[in-house]
Amino acid sequence: MKKLLSIALMAAMLLSPMVMPALADDPLQLTMFFPVNVGGSAAQLIENMTAEFNAQNPDIQVQPVYTGNYDDTVTAIQSSIGTAGQPDLFVSLATQRFTMDDTNMAMTLDDIIANDPEGQAFIDDFIDGFMLDSYVEGGHIISIPFQRSTMVLFYNKDAFREVGLDPEQPPKNWEELVDYAQKLTNENRFGVAVALNSGSAQWAFTGFSLQNCTNGVGLMSADGKHVYFDTPENVEALQLWLDLQNKYHCMAPGIVQWTDMPTQFLAGQVAMIYHTTGNLTNIKNNANFDFGVAFLPAGRQWGAPTGGGNFYITKGISEERQQAAWKYIKFMCSTENAAQWSIDTGYVATRESCYETESLKSYYASFPQALVAYEQLPYAQPELTTYNAAEMWRILNDNIQAAVTGEMTAAEALAQAQQQGDELLEDYQ
Amino acid sequence: MTRNAAARRRKEALQGWMLLLPALAIMLVFTVYPVFRSLYLSLFKYRMGKVPEWIGLGNYEQLFSNSTFWKVMRNTVVFALMTVLPSMALGLMLALLVNRRGRHIGFIRSSFFYPSVMPMIAIASVWMFIYMARNGLFDQLLISLGLEPMNVLSNKDTVLPAMAVMYDWKEAGYLMIFFLSGIQSISQDVTEAAAIDGATGWKTFRYITLPLLAPTTLFVSTIAFTNCFKLADQVIIMTEGAPNNASTLLLYYIYQQGFTNMNYGRSSALTVIMLALLMVVSLPRFFSQDRKIHYN
Amino acid sequence: MNRQKTVSALLTALSVLLALIWLAPLYWLVMTALTKTTFNMSFFPSSPFTFENIQYVWHAVPFGQYYLNTIILVVVTFLIQFLTSTMAAYSLAFLNFRGKALVIVVIFMQIIIPNDVLIIPNYLTLSEIGLIDTKFGIMIPFLGSAMAIFLLRQHFKTVPRAFGEAAKIDGANLWQIIWRVYMPCAKPAYMSFAVISVSYHWNNYLWPLIVTRSPQNRPLTVGLAIFAKSKEADMQWSNVCAATLIIILPLLLAFFIMQRHFMNSFVSAGIKE
Repeated sequence: MKKLLSIALMAAMLLSPMVMPALADDPLQLTMFFPVNVGGSAAQLIENMTAEFNAQNPDIQVQPVYTGNYDDTVTAIQSSIGTAGQPDLFVSLATQRFTMDDTNMAMTLDDIIANDPEGQAFIDDFIDGFMLDSYVEGGHIISIPFQRSTMVLFYNKDAFREVGLDPEQPPKNWEELVDYAQKLTNENRFGVAVALNSGSAQWAFTGFSLQNCTNGVGLMSADGKHVYFDTPENVEALQLWLDLQNKYHCMAPGIVQWTDMPTQFLAGQVAMIYHTTGNLTNIKNNANFDFGVAFLPAGRQWGAPTGGGNFYITKGISEERQQAAWKYIKFMCSTENAAQWSIDTGYVATRESCYETESLKSYYASFPQALVAYEQLPYAQPELTTYNAAEMWRILNDNIQAAVTGEMTAAEALAQAQQQGDELLEDYQ
Repeated sequence: MTRNAAARRRKEALQGWMLLLPALAIMLVFTVYPVFRSLYLSLFKYRMGKVPEWIGLGNYEQLFSNSTFWKVMRNTVVFALMTVLPSMALGLMLALLVNRRGRHIGFIRSSFFYPSVMPMIAIASVWMFIYMARNGLFDQLLISLGLEPMNVLSNKDTVLPAMAVMYDWKEAGYLMIFFLSGIQSISQDVTEAAAIDGATGWKTFRYITLPLLAPTTLFVSTIAFTNCFKLADQVIIMTEGAPNNASTLLLYYIYQQGFTNMNYGRSSALTVIMLALLMVVSLPRFFSQDRKIHYN
Repeated sequence: MNRQKTVSALLTALSVLLALIWLAPLYWLVMTALTKTTFNMSFFPSSPFTFENIQYVWHAVPFGQYYLNTIILVVVTFLIQFLTSTMAAYSLAFLNFRGKALVIVVIFMQIIIPNDVLIIPNYLTLSEIGLIDTKFGIMIPFLGSAMAIFLLRQHFKTVPRAFGEAAKIDGANLWQIIWRVYMPCAKPAYMSFAVISVSYHWNNYLWPLIVTRSPQNRPLTVGLAIFAKSKEADMQWSNVCAATLIIILPLLLAFFIMQRHFMNSFVSAGIKE
């Protein structure tokens, strides 16, 4: 009897691994960290979309964890990878990709894409301008575009009318920008605003640098190992900012915060702002005047920065988890979801096929201002991206601020930024 | 008999250590060990995800030749001067003001003290709007007085004073209660005797109260310095060190080097410097140990 | 006599004026949190009274969860501190053994070095023992509190030795002696220490910021900072004020109810942990 029992027990033990998967109602638990830079509602949207994914895939449960704004999220990711609480996948700045690769935090996705029959088609459908900052050394893909934005010019048409400017003719180049901004400035209103706080100035500056450069290269090399802060063109671009403040007096002196700008625009205290498309919905809902959206005024050519967050998969997680994470990413970036995400938030739809969907078409028909960002994309390039990206941002921002606060001239500030940037990248060159 | 006594002593020692063990273990792991670990790590080039590499005093050399580091040290000292002395003076003044009996004196004391039970992070979130450019309460006040708005947080000359004002507002009430307790522990006889001798209020204060408050003042200064050095919350929420590190304080710099730049070596070196600073301001505490500066 | 009265009246007026200045930010905070959002902020908000901001914030941010986290954090930290400090304080107050001086040095080190300064090495330690993003990870550095040990030791020492001896003769063991004799005598010290510990941990920000990742563990302060820093939100002062009000209210109410007790506690502790 005893013997029989033990045989039965052994048999059960042997069989159980084979039986278990079939019986498994324990879904695979994945954790995802994500930032949201737009108020609170976008976080809710991500949670809703994830809930839908979880319902469709009962064997996978993705747990989205809202980790604050981009800076906070970068910190959260850096400090939890390799610990028990690490995420399986995360959304982080596209500009973090060299760092993610270099420090072995995120895995390259080439194998996953190659093994997925739809993989290559999926990748090819992404808009080139956004895919640009998915590659790391060796041409590997490390991230998938998700909450992507670009910078546009918002302008107050009523103010244009008031000072005799044509509300349908926003400034097309730097000369017009200076001219219009001066005309628009009065006792209660500044002509133009660019956010100069840390974390924002480097973004706007990427745009001005691209508009002014002569060789198509703005602030850095594509491999993230060199920066070109101190070129005469970039000094000119920074000088333009200083002139707007100190010479033409049509931009508020000092440092205007990114977060304060929409409020000032909506309150009529500034007539034109350089801001993200991510703010479109907010401005549309709250403006009590007629507003327009335009390309960023050109220098030598059109130019605009792209920015925002991409999906990454954590390095070193099991094959099964990788596949589940990939499935989730494909779901979140599916044509329909990417289109709806764009409509709900103001982020730019990341895939060509999105623009064929009925939902996006009817959205653009009812709200043509939203289309400007898409039309500007061919001229857009990634913002400042290098190894040790967070520190590099800080270097550029600090030195821009040094120029803005009058501690240094534009040339001195960018020369110092160049020197500090070179030191930081020394190990990689 | 002696063996018995020895056994009893041993038992007592064992008991003593066992009782101490939980608290002591925590303190060893999270206070003593990290001090030595910082010293050790500060000798390495060590970034997250990379293998540490011995560089001796390299981190210190880099810091000492870095203008940002000196700016941060200057800011830290300037901020300490702008907060420690004024908040102590304010605290003492408030203590003298509320050292009376009266129906509403309790409420008045509480009005000064309540910021101490609010988190710095909450205070900074609110004051950020007071200091906000143009739309903020402070700039609105300036505009209504016919002055130019100052946008104090974005100006390198005003950002630290602006934070200091906020900090003094928070801290004065806290320091007040120590002065109050110090004043009340001075015997009434002494001040009354002085009054009989014809000393006026000011003279009593200057020649009797103030000297007798010396130990209290010394003690309060230690608290005030320590509290102001361990502060980074308001920098994180209000400015992130802007403009161009004009508001970067030492602890924020440690945080930024460690958790944004992931440069553990450099931030350990900064931690060591911070510890040295804390040692210096805590010295009075040791020298005045036997002078009854603890109120019990 | 008359002159004295005038001086006294002047002093009263001055202290009332200063008190009003000190209360102004709180007044603005409460008013802004409870009135409708406007384009321009104003010191005397004139827009209608509303709970909308509070409601919006409460739903946009998982403050319910954060509240729970903070309460668990504060209560459990205090309970463990209560045990460890009582034991250590008794040992230091009454037992004789070699090496005591060294323990005192360690205690002094903790009093001089605030925990926030050691974020880098302590974070590394915490991640090595796998406590990142846990509530226990937030608490653990504080579970041996030098301040509490110091305070209790001083109180224990004021209890006449005869009390303890008497209990011993009655056959009480060590725990019973501590529990029945010393703890009741040191009640005021425990109350002070509770006030300090609770307000410190309710308000602590930097360490929990570094340790936590997920809403399941995030305390109120970190939640507030994340909300206040979220970019691109518009006219957020009323919402941030509402969020701030939500997190400061319990402690502030407790303080205004037990003013004297709070202030005495801070004085007798002499330090914030």
